Amino acid sequence: MEMPIPNPAILAKRARIIARLRDVLPHDAVIDDPHETRAYECDALTAYRCPPLAAVLPQSTAEVSEVLRICHQEGVPVVPRGSGTSLAGGALPTADSVILGVARLTAVLETDYDNRFICVQTGRTNLSVTGAVEEKDFFYAPDPSSQLACAIAGNIGMNSGGAHCLKYGVTTNNLLGVTMVMMDGTVVEIGGAHLDAAGLDLLGVICGSEGQLGVVTEATLRILRKPEGARPVLMGFDSNEVAGECVSAIIKAGVLPVAIEFMDRPCIEATEAFAKAGYPMCEALLIVEVEGSEAEIREQLDVILEIAKRHNPVELREAADADQAARIWLGRKSAFGAMGQINDYMCLDGTIPVSSLPYVLRRIGEMSKEYGLGVANVFHAGDGNMHPLILFDANKPGDLELCEAFGADILKLCVEVGGCLTGEHGVGIEKRDLMLTQYSHKDLEAQLWVKDVFDPKWLLNPAKVFPLSVTETRRDQAA
Amino acid sequence: MLQPKSEAELAELLAAAQHPVVIRGGGTRPIGRAAAGEVLSAAALTGVTLYEPGALTLVAQAGTPLAEIEAVLRAENQRLPFEPMDHRALLGTDGTPTIGGVVAGNVSGPRRIQAGAARDSLIGVRFVDGTGTVIKNGGRVMKNVTGYDLVKLMAGSFGTLGVLSEVSFKLLPEVETCACLMLEGLTDHTAVAALSRALASPYEVTGAAHSANRGGTSRTMIRLEGFAKSVAYRADALRGVLAEFGAVDVIADPALVRQMWKDQRDVTAFAGQAGDVWRISCKPSDGPVIAAKIKGDVIYDWGGGLIWALVTEGHDLRTSLGAFAGHATLIRAAEATRARIPTFHPEPAPLAALSDGLRRKFDPKGILNTGLMATAMPAA
Repeated sequence: MEMPIPNPAILAKRARIIARLRDVLPHDAVIDDPHETRAYECDALTAYRCPPLAAVLPQSTAEVSEVLRICHQEGVPVVPRGSGTSLAGGALPTADSVILGVARLTAVLETDYDNRFICVQTGRTNLSVTGAVEEKDFFYAPDPSSQLACAIAGNIGMNSGGAHCLKYGVTTNNLLGVTMVMMDGTVVEIGGAHLDAAGLDLLGVICGSEGQLGVVTEATLRILRKPEGARPVLMGFDSNEVAGECVSAIIKAGVLPVAIEFMDRPCIEATEAFAKAGYPMCEALLIVEVEGSEAEIREQLDVILEIAKRHNPVELREAADADQAARIWLGRKSAFGAMGQINDYMCLDGTIPVSSLPYVLRRIGEMSKEYGLGVANVFHAGDGNMHPLILFDANKPGDLELCEAFGADILKLCVEVGGCLTGEHGVGIEKRDLMLTQYSHKDLEAQLWVKDVFDPKWLLNPAKVFPLSVTETRRDQAA
Repeated sequence: MLQPKSEAELAELLAAAQHPVVIRGGGTRPIGRAAAGEVLSAAALTGVTLYEPGALTLVAQAGTPLAEIEAVLRAENQRLPFEPMDHRALLGTDGTPTIGGVVAGNVSGPRRIQAGAARDSLIGVRFVDGTGTVIKNGGRVMKNVTGYDLVKLMAGSFGTLGVLSEVSFKLLPEVETCACLMLEGLTDHTAVAALSRALASPYEVTGAAHSANRGGTSRTMIRLEGFAKSVAYRADALRGVLAEFGAVDVIADPALVRQMWKDQRDVTAFAGQAGDVWRISCKPSDGPVIAAKIKGDVIYDWGGGLIWALVTEGHDLRTSLGAFAGHATLIRAAEATRARIPTFHPEPAPLAALSDGLRRKFDPKGILNTGLMATAMPAA
């Protein structure tokens, strides 16, 4: 993956930049020892690595403001970093950049159950936001698989989703306000405990801007009361097509499950060997979860089971208790780990119209044979967000490149059928060069205007999201 | 009046335009400072382009009448989640509301607290910027983080960033039935406390409103929607939760409940009443504090977080309210008042600068609904 050539003028004044950062931050908050900056050389897209010029760990919005003001004056690119769990390389540094980590910004600032929001510093992890309100039976809805580790800052940057967004939406639908530091150090407050914007919806475009418009240090998040109960059912089918039809039929029937998860045979086999969840060996498996009181769960499940039966399931299993429910989810939740046990893999994230599911799965199967690389599919079927896992061998020369080419073909297929390159992981560097398959130059230009307005010098996470060729003149102008 | 018949015609027209245009969908929501220029109507850009009930997705041309879209959805037992308000009665307009107008105004209704606003259901847009360039963003799938979310930026931009040509939505199933819990005679403070209690319950409230009805009996309403057995169960459970606030009536006739919430959505209580109408978005528990500063009748929605106020004509309500966390929008007033008092709430300087910067990029000729969202008024 091509990255811009580090600016020699910045590298030459490295000592001065670090000294200026030390002036405004506690000593241990500036990391410049080459052994220690290695820790920031990559995120969860580990195939690409580059230690930054330095990493800083500010403890307050004011400190973030100081850091950005200095970097702005010095013309130094800044790469914001949450917990470093991005699968898209969103936090990959360049050698001339400063990593701005929010790891020390973890406080809960306000919890308000009457008004149903929580205000947190954005280094706090996703799961610990729910943890902070659980005592009152509340929760924060977006639940990316990495929720144990991922930071709210990264969730906002990537507009993260999760398994339950069919009902609760993604980050942008649950984000009420932010405190954000602009690249020149200006601190702005956008939104808050009230709904909707006074004027243009700036919050809407900040969410999902991959750290390119500002550094979000505090967030006001909507919290919800937990449902009285939830229960999954597991269904096995002897073809992907039939499973896909069943998903459509459930949605059309007027029930809105909180989650509809899909796994294909390669994924079932791998997770079964790894987690022993007791899944049936079949071509396609659905996990459908509904919520509510016992009576409500019964009513919804009866509709869903009736539909499933019309699709000749090879297996139909309703969780009778919490233990069985946990077993149904066990395989799904350990799917990525299971694949990691048997192989290196690359996880894709394209979204497709649900109606194209059978066609896309068939084409992926055909391409898998052409490329000679295995694929396992596990994804959020209700919203069409695919997660094909391409298996490859990192130690085998050429295999990574082959895998990337295969991945690119799958993403192009997603766009071809009316979908998109990424449903919840973000573009980062990983899908940057595919942007022109989904958008025209003019479509992208309109997005660049937004960055021009928020970050005129193009210093925030500049080498991400857009093809380098598209942003070259803007980035050069800055340098 | 300019009325392009296709997106291409719209693009040609804006590329050639040298003078400001006033963008109009159905003309039923004259909100904002009156912009000068020739009317550019999107009313001829019509038709549902794609509807996939099994994927909960709909794509339509921006000028498509809202009623047409709602009829198409009803046939498949689905609906737009955000319950867009019909402004005609309140604003005394006629005409045909269009889906593009709904998006341009980010119009929603009582269900906003549970299902989000128009911006939350909007998943894709096509629009033409002020130079005549066709731009698309988002698409037709409900999870999409590919590039910046200009979809949200377009929602509620009142035509000042571009003229919408096509919009895509995610949908929800229509509900089997609905019911409404009612309490009478509560003070504003107690009513908002009761609404908060209901919204903090696990019973999935989809409407939480209160009519202060000063001089009469106040009325507090809580709406439940879903399958019949579930609604009955939740109504019963919620009645128990709210017992401490007073006698709770349950209205179970769905036709009546729908009418009550349509009236709530459209603020029909203020239709035809003399006075200006303001709309205030705030933290729900701040609602009664803010309303206490208003001389006039108020109606609460969104659990207290939305206040509709009917006040003396020509009065700048913002001067009475002082600083508060949220915003006040002047929805209905004479043109002279709207020329004097900004419709949209003035923003802090750095945010206003960002918004101005965006408008200059998307509309460098300054021809799209010029000044409609302006918060700095020209000197009198």
